[in-house]
Amino acid sequence: MSVTEEKLKAPSEPLFSKKNKRLIIDPLSENNPITIQVLGICSALAITVQVEQAFWMSVAVIFVMIFGNLVVSLLRNLIPSRVRIIVQLVIVASLVIIVDEMLKAFVPDVSEKLSVFVGLIITNCIIMGRFEAFAMANKPFPSILDAIGNAIGYAWILLVVALVREVLGSGKIWGASIFGSNIPDENGNLSGLYELGYVNNNMMILPPMALIVVGIIIWIQRSMNKGLVEEN
Amino acid sequence: MKVNKDGNGYTFAFSIILVIVVGVILSSLSIGLGPLKKANVEVKKKMNILSALGVESTRKDGVEKYDQFILDSYVISHDGVLQENLPKEKQAFGLDVQKQFRDKTISLADRLYPIFEADKDGEKLFVLPVVGKGLWGPIWGFIALADDYKTIVGTSFDHKGETPGLGAEISQNFFEDRYTGEQIAEAGIFTPISVVQNGSGFEEQKVDGITGGTITSKGVEKMVNETMRVYYKYFSKNK
Repeated sequence: MSVTEEKLKAPSEPLFSKKNKRLIIDPLSENNPITIQVLGICSALAITVQVEQAFWMSVAVIFVMIFGNLVVSLLRNLIPSRVRIIVQLVIVASLVIIVDEMLKAFVPDVSEKLSVFVGLIITNCIIMGRFEAFAMANKPFPSILDAIGNAIGYAWILLVVALVREVLGSGKIWGASIFGSNIPDENGNLSGLYELGYVNNNMMILPPMALIVVGIIIWIQRSMNKGLVEEN
Repeated sequence: MKVNKDGNGYTFAFSIILVIVVGVILSSLSIGLGPLKKANVEVKKKMNILSALGVESTRKDGVEKYDQFILDSYVISHDGVLQENLPKEKQAFGLDVQKQFRDKTISLADRLYPIFEADKDGEKLFVLPVVGKGLWGPIWGFIALADDYKTIVGTSFDHKGETPGLGAEISQNFFEDRYTGEQIAEAGIFTPISVVQNGSGFEEQKVDGITGGTITSKGVEKMVNETMRVYYKYFSKNK
């Protein structure tokens, strides 16, 4: 990572040079913040019961991440090093409040669904991690790319986990039933798969299953790319 | 001029400027979006009142349906006396019962209690707001009372930040429905409804609590009983 970062400081490189592209592509799989760096697990666990929640959480994180990295990168030469962590916190906290206010004003239903979790974006380790590790040492443009890469790397894992949990746990995608109805109608009949005896796996709704799903994704990822497996 | 970025002066100056800038941005955003947020909260309140009546509504038709179902609204005092000629912010819909509950300068005896009179399928119902304390913050809701002045026909509870999956379950239909059919009075005397842990909720005057949400469930119990006692004072006098 540090080699890439140093090379980035070299002057006059094309906007979408190979290195810049890597900034976006690396975090999607090879250096994914959740599955490889194992950061931001807390929200992957809390907010992945339904795809809709996970989607809005992802949108909020992408917004906070991009603007946060941009602001930190613009201020990187001005921020006094002794208080840099506090400054980063102030920036991420303000961005989160902006997101929260926007959600309350324009999509109040989503705001109600996410409730306290929007505030918890502040504690998402990925964001503070990228501020400190990348934006503090890089120019604005690469910082934005890095933010997009990491936020999307986070988002797709969140959405996949949410999809697995919502389909298996509630038999729904984005709130719409896909296996028929498991609520008896007036005659006490179920419909679709439920009629054949299928039952939703309620365990998938419980938080520990999010970790197990993330674990399975990590397993698949590492068996496809042996380079990720640690020596011992 | 070369500035020493590690000096105390610079650090202080930077922090102060940052905080002022951030403060200005956030407060102007909050004020700017204020009317939109307020409108959303009002629609939500109307939806909650309708929900206690068992009327489904969305953010789009909430206002319209409210006007259709709610016929009259008025305010009573803590002693159960009808209040008249109140300023606008103290009239039934404008009255913020949650703020009143939080405000330590308003004594219990000075609290006001709104009543919303509704007509659903030709039946007269009363919708009564309740406010209380959960584990992490305020809880509130609406209770719909039948026109025998004692039978609960529907409830709708909500909370600020109870734990999802535990205390937050009070806002789910399965819990709200447990109050349906309970009676707040017997032979003209107020009777409290208790929230129980031992699964005996099927008995009269008892409602099953939520596993893992004991403090929130007990908060609901206290909220419902304390408020219903006041309303019953009014209803028993004005049947």
